[in-house]
Amino acid sequence: MSLRGRDLISIRDLTKEEILALLASARKMIPYAEGKRVMHPLADRIVAMGFFEPSTRTRLSFEAAVHRLGGNCITIADAAASSMRKGESLSDTIRMLSSYADAIVLRHPNEGAAQLAARAADVPIVNAGDGAGQHPSQTLLDLATMQEAFGTLSGLKVVLLGDLRYGRTVHSLAYALALFGVEIVLSSPPELRLPQELRDELERTGAKMSLEPDMRKAVRDADVLYVTRIQKERFGDEGEYRKVAGSYRIDAHILADAKQRLVVMHPLPRAGEVAPEVDRTSHAAYFRQAFLGVPVRMALLDAILAGPKGKE
Amino acid sequence: MTAMRELRIAAIKNGTVIDHIGNGLAIDVLRIINARGLDRDSTVSVGIHVRSGKLGWKDIVKVENMELSARKVNAIALIAPTATISIIRDFKVQEKRPVDLPDTIVGVVTCPNPSCISNQGEPIESEFRVTRRRPVVLTCVFCERTMDDFLAHLA
Repeated sequence: MSLRGRDLISIRDLTKEEILALLASARKMIPYAEGKRVMHPLADRIVAMGFFEPSTRTRLSFEAAVHRLGGNCITIADAAASSMRKGESLSDTIRMLSSYADAIVLRHPNEGAAQLAARAADVPIVNAGDGAGQHPSQTLLDLATMQEAFGTLSGLKVVLLGDLRYGRTVHSLAYALALFGVEIVLSSPPELRLPQELRDELERTGAKMSLEPDMRKAVRDADVLYVTRIQKERFGDEGEYRKVAGSYRIDAHILADAKQRLVVMHPLPRAGEVAPEVDRTSHAAYFRQAFLGVPVRMALLDAILAGPKGKE
Repeated sequence: MTAMRELRIAAIKNGTVIDHIGNGLAIDVLRIINARGLDRDSTVSVGIHVRSGKLGWKDIVKVENMELSARKVNAIALIAPTATISIIRDFKVQEKRPVDLPDTIVGVVTCPNPSCISNQGEPIESEFRVTRRRPVVLTCVFCERTMDDFLAHLA
């Protein structure tokens, strides 16, 4: 495997073997991500953070990853403070960043922005979320969290719960889980089901997939419960939103029927989908999940930036 | 086509004949070739609901003194995939071919996703991969949105 000089736009850009190699590398990065050991493979390297949309976890964990690898960051953290406010195109901004840095991590509100950036830049682009599109490093850290908890991905039963229609993280994750032969249980209100197009694609890859709208039943024999946020703006009516959001809330009561080893994950930020009381149970994995963003992004940047500058 | 029927739609000396257009689609073809913006010497003849051996009924468009750009041919191929294009010189058919879609369509239709980066005024052209041919389905190379309704999105 060589990711050197490659763009990462979508999880589909990676083979199963490449994903496994990145996860193995991320495991080795954990003591370095914790600051217990020191390494500087990116000394003298500059990574540009182009964040044209608000982000806390993704930007900070990418920046932490660069610093832990001994590299330097230059950051656009707010589109309003950049020349894009003066009407500069994304293409021009990327060309400029490309001449200042060795790689660009991009978060942008429009779908396809990372693909456009990959065409405009002479250095690798890492997509850190483009609108409702792709967010591949999130998928990698989700897989890393499951692998850490169970030692393997194969044979797991993963429940994807909540907004399966609009959530970008859940689409990439479903694809990756199918790649690893994980049994997927889809649990959502009817109006927030996984898009048919994606279900067709997953079925073509031979994914083991079932629907279980009853959250209680879905949780009973699951290994992983992956909860997503249900966004208010997806509903025309506030009352309807409250009803749906209220019926997909995970608390100690729901988890009473679950396997002892069940792991609860959430891409965060949460907005009431997972009750704070769950934090104190052995099921809660979402803060570990957020931490694993650092070693996973270290592994990714290390693989992409190893060797001489430039694009493959 | 019989001589009698041919006369109903005037023969042209030089230009392009777009034949075997699906019935009712000639108006859209006129829009693609920008029939209103043609130069003064280009007469456009249109036959709508003309009897056809192959299609039952078809439309036909003849444009004098004009040959179509590759982009316009691609646009016609999207909305009227059964069409054929003949180049006429001195009343004779010089070349006749079915419209044929390339694997990539650039600058012909816009992405139906309003949030796609290709709709944000960036200095780029829309671009689609032909991901299915019968019926045609296009996939945006930027946002991956698929589309099969081209008329509403002609660039």
